[in-house]
Amino acid sequence: MRTGLLARKLGMTRLFQDDGTHVPVTVLHLDEVQVVAARTAEKDGYTAVQLGWGRAKVKNVSKPNRGHFARAKVEPKLRLVEFRVTPEATLEPGATLSAAHFVVGQMVDVCGTTKGKSFAGVMKRWNFSGLEASHGVSISHRSHGSTGNRQDPGRTFKNKKMAGHLGDERVTTLNLQVAGIDAERGLILVKGAVPGAKGGYVLVRDAIKRPRPADAPFPAALAG
Amino acid sequence: MNLIQTIEAEQIARLTAQRPVPDFAPGDTVRVMVKVVEGERTRTQAFEGVCIARSNKGLNSNFTVRKISYGEGVERVFPLYSPMIAEIQRIRRGDVRRAKLYYLRGRSGKSARIAEKARTVETALAAPAEPAAEAGA
Repeated sequence: MRTGLLARKLGMTRLFQDDGTHVPVTVLHLDEVQVVAARTAEKDGYTAVQLGWGRAKVKNVSKPNRGHFARAKVEPKLRLVEFRVTPEATLEPGATLSAAHFVVGQMVDVCGTTKGKSFAGVMKRWNFSGLEASHGVSISHRSHGSTGNRQDPGRTFKNKKMAGHLGDERVTTLNLQVAGIDAERGLILVKGAVPGAKGGYVLVRDAIKRPRPADAPFPAALAG
Repeated sequence: MNLIQTIEAEQIARLTAQRPVPDFAPGDTVRVMVKVVEGERTRTQAFEGVCIARSNKGLNSNFTVRKISYGEGVERVFPLYSPMIAEIQRIRRGDVRRAKLYYLRGRSGKSARIAEKARTVETALAAPAEPAAEAGA
């Protein structure tokens, strides 16, 4: 299992293909995505690579983190994430990753934080039908109905769908097709929508439910 | 320009190089040559009518064409830069005072006609040198 990539969602657009079809795509941006640290089985008990995105102002980075970046000899990063990898796919700290890591046509999984919807009622959160518009319904048109029975069992079961916080949660969308790669500008074009708002960070990895394409670079595509 | 706008501008440049977009406006009669795929082979089919609306939003621009087909009004929305359109021909310039001609939907026959725009504007723009030379002589 090779590493994934950390990217930033820029927004959506469309691609007109030469055969006349058009593909809705989400544009994901890689900016100086570098390996900041490597976790090894001997030292940490598991193997993983830590990736950083972009370039943070030094004044905004804490002293312990400055030391962490200095050890890998990379510029301070805006965002750090870890990807679990198999031992043969580990990478040296300081290596810069390229968008050519993925190949056009392959499937990827994209993981992001969805837009927060705050405290939402049951109709929005769980697609309940609500109560009737008339026939004596008073004030509670968008409410849920009953939440349980009577003296037996005498309580509302756990996980009962009710109003509450919606969104702002980590969501992985599986099997999105890569529609285009622009390694020079560090862009990955993924067919379809990706969780989260524009400007949000997303994790892109090889689809776990599909075999890795044979022409995908292993352990990773390095820039420069 | 941000990166998405750059990508869209590049696509517009590539697509207009393949098929130029003529200058047309709501009220104009246009003939749109649409590529139709029938099994293995493709042919072009004309859709001719009045352009009743244009929606300008960069790569996602659209235009709406309305025609009367066998007594039934038919409207079709085309993406302006779609490769499925082989050609857009402007047949006739219309003289209208609205950007969206949705009022045509409620009309038929004589009241649904659009007057042709005076041609002088077009010739003056196309060849400004000739009238000036005649005036001098």
